[in-house]
Amino acid sequence: MHRYIVTRLLLAVPTLAGAAALVFILMRLIPGDVCVIRMGAGGAHVDQSMVDLCHQQLGLDKPMILQFLNFLWSYVTFDFGTSMWSGNPVTHEIALRLPVSLEVAIMATVIAIVIAIPLGTISALKENTWLDHVVRVTAIAGIATPSFWLGIMSLILVLNISAMTSGKPWMPPIDYVPLWQDPIRNLSMVLLPAITVGYRYSAVTMRLTRSAMLEVMREDYIRTARAKGLLEQIIVNRHALKNALLPVVTLIGIEFAFLIGGLVITEQVFNLNGIGRLLVQAVQNQDNVLAQALVMLVVAVFVVTNLVIDVLYAWLDPRIRFS
Amino acid sequence: MAVRLGLWAAGLGLVAAVAALPAEAQTPKRGGILTYVIPADAPPSFDAHRETTYATIHAAAPYYSVLIRVPPDNPASTTEFVCDLCTEMPTPTDSGKTYTFKIREGVKFHDGSKLTAQDVATSWNYIVFPPKGVTSARVSYYEMVDKVEAPDDTTVVFRLKRATTAFLPALADPYTWIYKKEILEKDPHWYEKNVMGSGPFKMVAYEVGQSIKGERNKDYYHEGQPYLDGIIGIFADKQSVRVDALRADRAAIEFRGLPPSARDQLVKEGGKDIVVQDSDWNCGNILTPNHKKKPFDDVRVRRALALAIDQWKGAPALAKIANVRTVGGIVFPGSPLAATKAELEQMAGFWPDIEKSRAEAKRLLKEAGAEGLKFELLNRNVDQPYKFVGTWVIGEWKKIGLNVEQKVVPTGPWFSNMRAGTFDVAMEANCQSVVNPVLDTGKYLPYKVYPENYGGYDDPKSVELYDKMQTETDPKKQREDMRAYEKHTMDTMVHEIVLLYWYRIVLARSYVKGWKISPSHYLNQDLANIWLDKSP
Repeated sequence: MHRYIVTRLLLAVPTLAGAAALVFILMRLIPGDVCVIRMGAGGAHVDQSMVDLCHQQLGLDKPMILQFLNFLWSYVTFDFGTSMWSGNPVTHEIALRLPVSLEVAIMATVIAIVIAIPLGTISALKENTWLDHVVRVTAIAGIATPSFWLGIMSLILVLNISAMTSGKPWMPPIDYVPLWQDPIRNLSMVLLPAITVGYRYSAVTMRLTRSAMLEVMREDYIRTARAKGLLEQIIVNRHALKNALLPVVTLIGIEFAFLIGGLVITEQVFNLNGIGRLLVQAVQNQDNVLAQALVMLVVAVFVVTNLVIDVLYAWLDPRIRFS
Repeated sequence: MAVRLGLWAAGLGLVAAVAALPAEAQTPKRGGILTYVIPADAPPSFDAHRETTYATIHAAAPYYSVLIRVPPDNPASTTEFVCDLCTEMPTPTDSGKTYTFKIREGVKFHDGSKLTAQDVATSWNYIVFPPKGVTSARVSYYEMVDKVEAPDDTTVVFRLKRATTAFLPALADPYTWIYKKEILEKDPHWYEKNVMGSGPFKMVAYEVGQSIKGERNKDYYHEGQPYLDGIIGIFADKQSVRVDALRADRAAIEFRGLPPSARDQLVKEGGKDIVVQDSDWNCGNILTPNHKKKPFDDVRVRRALALAIDQWKGAPALAKIANVRTVGGIVFPGSPLAATKAELEQMAGFWPDIEKSRAEAKRLLKEAGAEGLKFELLNRNVDQPYKFVGTWVIGEWKKIGLNVEQKVVPTGPWFSNMRAGTFDVAMEANCQSVVNPVLDTGKYLPYKVYPENYGGYDDPKSVELYDKMQTETDPKKQREDMRAYEKHTMDTMVHEIVLLYWYRIVLARSYVKGWKISPSHYLNQDLANIWLDKSP
C-alpha cells in the first residue's frame, strides 16, 4: 500500500507539470493586460510610462520563455510568487480563502452523504413504489436546478418569510467569521450555501446510489445470502451497500474536489470569500500568477482526492489489491 | 429638498431629485457604527496615489486627509472647493501661477506624530513627480505644475507653468491623500499595504475581500467630527447581495450607485426605511469609431452613425432600466462650461427632428457608398450601463439600415482590442471624479497627444482648439472656446459620439444622515459628516 501511494504521488508530478504548462499558456492567450486594467478600468486616463513601469515591476517586460522558466522554477522551490493585482504572496491570498471554501465543501459533502445514501438505498429497495418515485423526483429536481439559482431563491425566501413573520427581513451575515470565533454567526452564513450546494450534490449521489444498489441487489451473492437465510438488514448493509458504494465514493470524491474551486456563483450569491470567487477575480484581472497558483491548487486537490478514493476502494472491496 | 444638477434630463428639463434628505434641520447625533457595502472584491492596494479604482477610495478614504476637496455639505457643486488640511482657500498670485496654502496646525497622524506642510508637499511631489520606480496614476493631471514647495512647516506653495482653471479642481482630486513624509521617503511602497493617515477614522482591522473596519479618530481636526464611533465597509461584489443587505439592514448604505430596478425594488420592499439620493454622474458612454478602418475614416459615415441616434427620446426610456439619464456634450451637464440644450441641438446626433436627422444619415451613407453597412460594436462585459446602452444604440442604427453586431468581451480583451485598434466601433466610457472640464475633455484629443484615445485619428485642428480653450482663464471666453472644440469633435469631424451621461442612484437606510450625493462615486467619501439617527 505504501509503495502504491508513493508511486501515485510521484506520478502526480508530471500531471502537475502538464497542468502548469497548460495554464501558463492559456492565461497568456487571453488578450489584455493586468496593468492597463488596474489603471484604466475605472475610466481614468492611463499613462503609458506608468504602464511600462508596472510591466517592469511585474516582470512582464521579460521574454515569454523566461517568464515560463521562472514560473516553473518558482514551483520547484515552493515559492508561488506574489499576486500581480494585490502584491500579496499568493499563499497568503489562498490561505485567506481556503478555509471558507473548505468549510462549505465539507458541509455540503456531509449534507449530500447524509441525504443521498439512505434515500438512494431506500429508493432502490422500494423500487417503483411511491417512495421511490418521490425520491427520484427529488433527485431529478436537484440535478436540474442550478445551485446558484437555488441559492438566490432561498435567500429571497428567507428574506420574505422573515419579513412576513417578524416584520423585519432577515438574511445571513455577509461578512465571514471563522467557526471557532463565532460558531452561530459562522453557521448562519455558511449553512444556507452548504444546503443549496449539498442538495444538488446529494441529488447526483442519490441517483448513483440507487442505480448501484439496484444492480448489486440482483447479483448472485445477494441471492445466495438470502438463500442462507441472512437478515435483509445484514444483506443490505454488509453485502449490498458496501459494494454499491464503490462508484458512489468516486463521485463524492470528485464532487468534493470540484467544490473547492468550483463554487464561483454560489460564493458570489452568498458573498463568501472563497477560492472560486478568487479564481474568477484573478482571471478577470489577468492576474496570471494568482490564477496559475489557484488552478494548480485545484489540480492538486483532484490528485489527492483521487488517491484517497483509490485507497478507500481497498477498504470497501478487499478483492482490490494495489501492486 | 430637490437639487438641480444638470440641464437636460430625459426631456423633462431637470435632472436630480433627492428623494429624501431630511437631515439638514436635525442636529447630528454622536455614536453608532456605520456598516456600508463596497461593490468590489478588494482594492488592489491602499495606495491612492497609484490606484484608480473606487474600491480604494470607498475602503480607505475615511482614514486620510487631503489638501482641498469638494464641500462635504454641497458636494454637487462643480465649482466650489474648500479646505481640508489648509486653513483657507488661497487667491492665486503671480498672474494665477502661484498658489500658497497655509496648513492647519495641530493636525496629527494616527500614529500621534504631527502633520506639517512638509508631509503635504512631499505627498504632492510623489503624486506629481514620482521618483524612479514609484507609480503615480495622475502624473498627466498635474502637467501644469512646475514645483511644489514647503518653505516652512505651515506653508505649501504650488508653482504652475501657466495659469489654468484646471488646477484647483485637479488639486481637489480625491486620490491625493496626504502621507507621512518620513514613511514615504523610507519606503515609497509602504502605503500600498498599510493605512496610516490623519483622516476622521483610524483603521483597526482589514480582512482581504471581506471587510475593513475603522474607529473614530478622537484627534480629528474638524471640530465635532466624525459623528460615528466606527465604520465597517463590507466588500460585496454581487449586486443582489448589496440590495438584499440593504433590505435586511445588514448594511446601511452603498455609495457607488445601483440601477433603477434595484431602487424600485428596495423602495417598494423597504418603504420608509429606504431613502434615495440621485444625481447626474460625471461618467458617460462614448462611441469611438476606428478612424484607421474603412469606412470609419470617412466623416460622412461617422456623422451618419451620430445622426441615427435619438438621444432625446432614448434618454427617458433608458433611464427606466439603466444607470443613464441626461443628454450632454463633452462637458458634464452640471458644469458652467457645458453646452445648453439649444447649443447641443446644433450638433449631429442632437437634432430635435429625428426624422430629418435619420434622412440625412441615410443620404450620407449613400453618398459614402456605405448603405446597409455591417460592422461590430465592441462593448465591455459590464451590464450597467454598457450593455444596455450598446443594445439601444444598435437598435437606433438599425433604423437607418445598418447591421451591427455587439461583441461583448471582458475588461481585459476590451482594452486590448481598443489599444491594438482591432475594432470597428467601440463603446467606451469617460469617467472622472472632480468635475474638471478642461482635463476631462482631454479624452477627445488625437491619440498622438492623448494616447488613450483609441479612435486612431490625428487632427492638428483639434489640438489647436483644445490648447486655446485650456489656456483661457476668462470664463466667458473659455466657454466659447469649449463650444468650438466640442463642435469640432462631435459635429464637424465626429471623432467621437457622446452618449447619455450616467445617473447615480444611492440607496440607504433612512437612519443614515448627513451624507450628500455628488456627481462622482469617488467624491465625499471620508464619511466624517455621517451620523445615525437611531438608538445604538
